[in-house]
Amino acid sequence: MAECHPVGFQWVMEAKRKGARIIHIDPRFTRTSAVADQHVALRAGSDIVFLGGIIRYILEQEKYFREYVVAYTNAATLVRDDFRDTDELDGLFSGYDPETGTYDPASWAYKGVEEYAAAGNARKPSADQSAHTDRAAGDTHGAAGAVGHGHSQTTRDETLQDPRCVLQVLKRHFARYTPEMVEQVCGVSPQDFLSVCEAVTANSGRDLTTAWVYSVGWTQHAVGVQYIRSAAIIQLLLGNMGRPGGGIMALRGHASIQGSTDIPTLFNILPGYLPMPSVDDHPDMTAYLKTVTSDTQKGYWTHAGAYTASLLKSWWGKTATSDNDYCFSYLPKISGDHGTYNTVTRMLDDQVEGYFIMGENPAVGSAHGRMQRLGMSHLKWLVVRDFQLIESATWWKDGPEVRSGELKTEDIDTEVFFLPAASHVEKDGTFTQTQRMLQWHHKAVDPPQDARSELHFMWHLGNKIRARLAESTDDRDRPLLDLTWDYGQDGTDEPSADKVLREINGWQVKPDGTPGPLLSSYTQMKDDGSTAGGCWIYTGVYADGVNQSARRKPGSQQSWVAPEWGWAWPSNRRILYNRASADPQGRPWSERKAYVWWDEEAGSWTGHDVPDFPADRAPDFRPEPGTAGPEGIAGDDPFIMQSDGKGWLFAPTGLLDGPLPAHYEPQESPIRNPLYSQQSNPTRQVLKRKDNLSNPSADAPGAQDFPYVFTTYRLTEHHTAGGMSRWLPYLSELQPQFFCEVSPALAAERGLVNGDWATIVTARSAVEARVLVTDRIRPLTVNGRTVHQVGLPYHWGQGGKGAVVEGDSANDLIGLTLDPNVHIQEAKAATCDIRPGRRPADHQVRGMVEDYISRAGITVETGNTLHEKGDQS
Amino acid sequence: MSAGKTFLSWPVLRQVTGSDRLGRGAAAKSGEDWTARTRTADKVVQSVCPYCAVGCGQKVYAKDGKVIQIEGDPDSPISRGRLCPKGSASEQLVNSPTRQTTVLYRRPHSTEWEHLDLDTATDMIADRVVESRRRTWQDTDEQGRILRRTLGFAHLGGATLDNEENYLIKKLFTALGAIQIENQARI
Ligand code: SF4
Repeated sequence: MAECHPVGFQWVMEAKRKGARIIHIDPRFTRTSAVADQHVALRAGSDIVFLGGIIRYILEQEKYFREYVVAYTNAATLVRDDFRDTDELDGLFSGYDPETGTYDPASWAYKGVEEYAAAGNARKPSADQSAHTDRAAGDTHGAAGAVGHGHSQTTRDETLQDPRCVLQVLKRHFARYTPEMVEQVCGVSPQDFLSVCEAVTANSGRDLTTAWVYSVGWTQHAVGVQYIRSAAIIQLLLGNMGRPGGGIMALRGHASIQGSTDIPTLFNILPGYLPMPSVDDHPDMTAYLKTVTSDTQKGYWTHAGAYTASLLKSWWGKTATSDNDYCFSYLPKISGDHGTYNTVTRMLDDQVEGYFIMGENPAVGSAHGRMQRLGMSHLKWLVVRDFQLIESATWWKDGPEVRSGELKTEDIDTEVFFLPAASHVEKDGTFTQTQRMLQWHHKAVDPPQDARSELHFMWHLGNKIRARLAESTDDRDRPLLDLTWDYGQDGTDEPSADKVLREINGWQVKPDGTPGPLLSSYTQMKDDGSTAGGCWIYTGVYADGVNQSARRKPGSQQSWVAPEWGWAWPSNRRILYNRASADPQGRPWSERKAYVWWDEEAGSWTGHDVPDFPADRAPDFRPEPGTAGPEGIAGDDPFIMQSDGKGWLFAPTGLLDGPLPAHYEPQESPIRNPLYSQQSNPTRQVLKRKDNLSNPSADAPGAQDFPYVFTTYRLTEHHTAGGMSRWLPYLSELQPQFFCEVSPALAAERGLVNGDWATIVTARSAVEARVLVTDRIRPLTVNGRTVHQVGLPYHWGQGGKGAVVEGDSANDLIGLTLDPNVHIQEAKAATCDIRPGRRPADHQVRGMVEDYISRAGITVETGNTLHEKGDQS
Repeated sequence: MSAGKTFLSWPVLRQVTGSDRLGRGAAAKSGEDWTARTRTADKVVQSVCPYCAVGCGQKVYAKDGKVIQIEGDPDSPISRGRLCPKGSASEQLVNSPTRQTTVLYRRPHSTEWEHLDLDTATDMIADRVVESRRRTWQDTDEQGRILRRTLGFAHLGGATLDNEENYLIKKLFTALGAIQIENQARI
C-alpha cells in the first residue's frame, strides 16, 4: 500500500501512531513492510491456505463475534442435506461434471428452498450444453450474484449446533487448514502465522475492529474471486463488516477503475451491475428480471425492474414504452465469455475486424503480450487513443515480433489510427475513486491541437455513424437511430459532461416524454416508465439539482467522515452496510465504535454517516415470514442487498467454483496440492492453444526446467503499462530499468550478479532484466523443499515512440488461464527459469523458448487437466 | 537500450559527482526576487490525480491557457495536500514535449505514419465501424434465437477515463450491437 497507494497509506501511519498494529502479508518486502510491525512473506498463490488457516483458528478457538455472527450472517442458516464438501470429495464440491469442468450448484442451496430452484436458480448443464454455455450462466448474474429464490424465509438454527448450519459446514471445511498446513503450503512458520491470528482476533470485537486491505493482484488468480471471499469470511466472523475501521478495502490502481465497473465498459454487465441479457436466459424483459431477482427474496435488488426500465428509458427515451418492454429487445445478447482475452484469441483466429483502445496499453499491460500484439496484426483496423505513441500503437513498426523478424511491417495489412487524447485537466468529468467516491474534476485549459476527450470522440463518432444510417429502414439500426444522443453544449461542437452526469443521475419523465426534475435517490425509480436514469447506484449524485460530486468543503471544516467532499454511491454512504455498526437492538457496539444507531425518540436511524438501511425500520421490526423486497428486511438484517439480509459466510448461489473458498494450486506450481488430490481449480478456464502453453507443475516431467516461482508487481514511480509514466523524465529517472528481485541464495544458486543481467524464461517468452540481489526476497521452505521466488515489476515495454526508458515486458511471460467467475487472468503466481546474462538477440528469443518447450516436453495439454482423480474420488 | 546514455546525464548522478553533493548550494536556492508560479497563475481549478484510485485532490494552476503547475489540494480530506511521485509529476504528463497532439494514420502495409485531420479520421473510423458491423452482423444464433449483435469489433478502455466517457462508450457501442466492450477492470 505504501508502494502503490502512497498517499492513502498516510492513514495507516496515522492509525499506527494511535497504536494500531500493522501486519503486511506479501511475498515481497516493500515500503509497507518497512514500517509494519510484522512482515509475513508467503509463497505467491498460497493465500487461501493462509486465510483459511485464520478462519480455522477463529472457529476452533471460538473467537468469532457470536452476537454479530448469529444475527447478521448466514452462520445459522441450514444448507441442503445433499451438499457435499471438498473434505468429503477430495477437493470437489457436489455437482461437479468432469466432462464440462463445471458445477451444477443446486445442492449448494439453503435447505428448504428446493421448490424454488426450478425457477431458474439451479442450472444443470444438459449433456449437449458445452462448458462454454454454462460459463455464460455466471455472466448473467450481474452483481446481485444470483437470484435468492426463497431466501425471504430460510431455516435457521441460532444455537449454531445443527450439523447442516453454515457455521458447522465451515468448521468441517476449514478443519484441514491447520498451522502445519500453512507452514507446508505457504512457507510461513507456525509462530508467525499464529501471531497474525492472535493479533487479528484480539483486535476485533465490540470495541475494536480490524481492517483488511488488498490490492487487486489478489484478484489475478484462477481462484481470484475466492481469495476475496476468504477475507470476507474472516471479516464477517469477527464482526468487522459495516463498521468504522473494519471492512475489506480493495485498493484499486486506476483513477476511475471503480467507475469503470459501476458504469462498465465490460461485456457482461450494464450500468449499476445489471447483467447484460444473454441469449440462453433472457428472451424478454420478464425472463431477464426473473434471473436478476425474485419475488421470494428480500432487499433492494427486488426493485431491479425499476432500475432496468429507468436505464432503458434514459437510452431510448420516448421510443421506450411499457408496450415494448422499454426497448429491452434493443439490447444485444451475450452467449458466453466475450471478455478481453477471449476477444484476443478471436482476433488471432481472424474473427475480429476492428479494435478500439482508449487509454490502455494491452501490448504491455495485458497478460501474454505476444498474443496481444500478434492478435492486433490480424485486425483490419485499429484505433488507439492516448497521450503518447504507446507500444499498442506502434507494434507494427517496432514491436518485439517486428524486431525479431517474425512479423514484417510491409506484410501487415492492419490500418492504424492514432488519435491524441485530452488529459484530466483539459476536460470536465468525474472519477470514482477506490472508496466509491465520485469527484468532479474541472477543466483548466483546452486540449492541445487535435487532442480531444473520449467524450468528444464518442459523441462525434455517434453523430457520424447515425448520420450514415439515418435513412436506414433496417430493424438492426433502430437502437442506434432511436438512441437519445443530445449532449451538445449550446452552439458548439463540444459535448457536455454535465449533461451526461445528469442523465446518469436520472430524472422524472414528464407526460410529454421530456426530462423533468432530477431524481435524488434510486428509491424514487419506477418500473412504469415515469423515471429515467442511466445508472441507478449513481442516482443522487445530482440530488437537489446540485452536482454533489463537485462539492469541495475543506476536510478541516467538517466531521471526520467528511460527507461533504464529493459524493459516494449509494446515497452518499461512506461505509456500506453500516447498520451492522450497531448491535441488534440498534445501539452502538461500543462508544468508541459508534457510527450509525437507532434513535428511539425520533424513530429513525442516525449517526455520523448516511444510514445504509430503511430510515425508519426499528431494530425489533420483524416482517411476516416470507415477505419479499425491502419490506422483508428485518430490523436486524443489515445486508440489505443480499437476498436474505445476511452477510454470506457461505455463498449458496452466484459462484461457479464453489460456495466456499478451497485452496488449489496455481496453473503453474512447484508443488502438488497437499490439501486435496485436486491440484488446481477444477473449473478454471483454460485456453488450450499452441500459442498459450503452460509450464509443467510439481513432479510432472519438465517441471524441473521451470523450478522458480515468479510474481509481478508495481513500483511507486510507475503506472501499470507505463503509458502515463515512462514518457515522463521525473518518473523515468527514479525507476529507469526493468529489474528482477532475487534472494542472495538464488543468486548464488544460479550465478546471478547484482547489477548484471538475467534472463527469465517461461513457455511464453524470455525477457531480460537487471538483477537486484536483495534480502527483501526470502527463500521459503514449502512442502519440505526450498522454493525461490523472483519478483518482477511490469512497467516496461519495447517499441513505442519517445518513451524516456524502455525494456522488456514482464507480462510477456504470463500465460492465459482464467478465473471462471470473472475471466481474469492468473498473473500473480507462475513458474519460470532464471539464468545469468542477457537474452539472445531479438531474432533468437523464440528459438530459446522453443528449446525450453521441447526439453520440458510441453504440449497444449500440459497443465490443462481440469479434474485430477485422487484416491478418494 | 538508450537508457545507458541518458543515465549519466541524470541530475541525481550529476549532483553526487559534482561539487554540491548535498544539493544545498546555490543551484537549489531561490533568488530573493523569485515568485512562485502559483502566484502568477490567472486560473486555478480543483482537480483529481489521474493515476491511482486513492483520488488525491489536485490544484491545477494555469496561465495564458497553459498549465503551469499542479499541486496537492490541502482541502482534500483524502490527501490533505499530499501527492506521491506520480501525482506530483502530472504537470509533465500534461506538458510533455513528446505528447502526440495530432492525428496519425498508418495505411495497410505502410512502414510509416502519415497525417490526417481529426474530422477526416473520425469519418474514416465511422465508415470502418459501419462496414465491419454490416459484414459481421448476427441476427440470430443457430437455434434461431435473437442475438441482434456484432462480434466484428471490440473495445478495450483504460480505467483513467471519466465515468461520463465510459457511459457514452457503453451506450453507443451497445446500441450498435457490439458486445466485446471491455476495460482494464478485467485485467
Ligand atoms: S498522488 Fe499518488 S497516491 Fe494520490 S491518487 Fe495520485 S497516484 Fe494515487
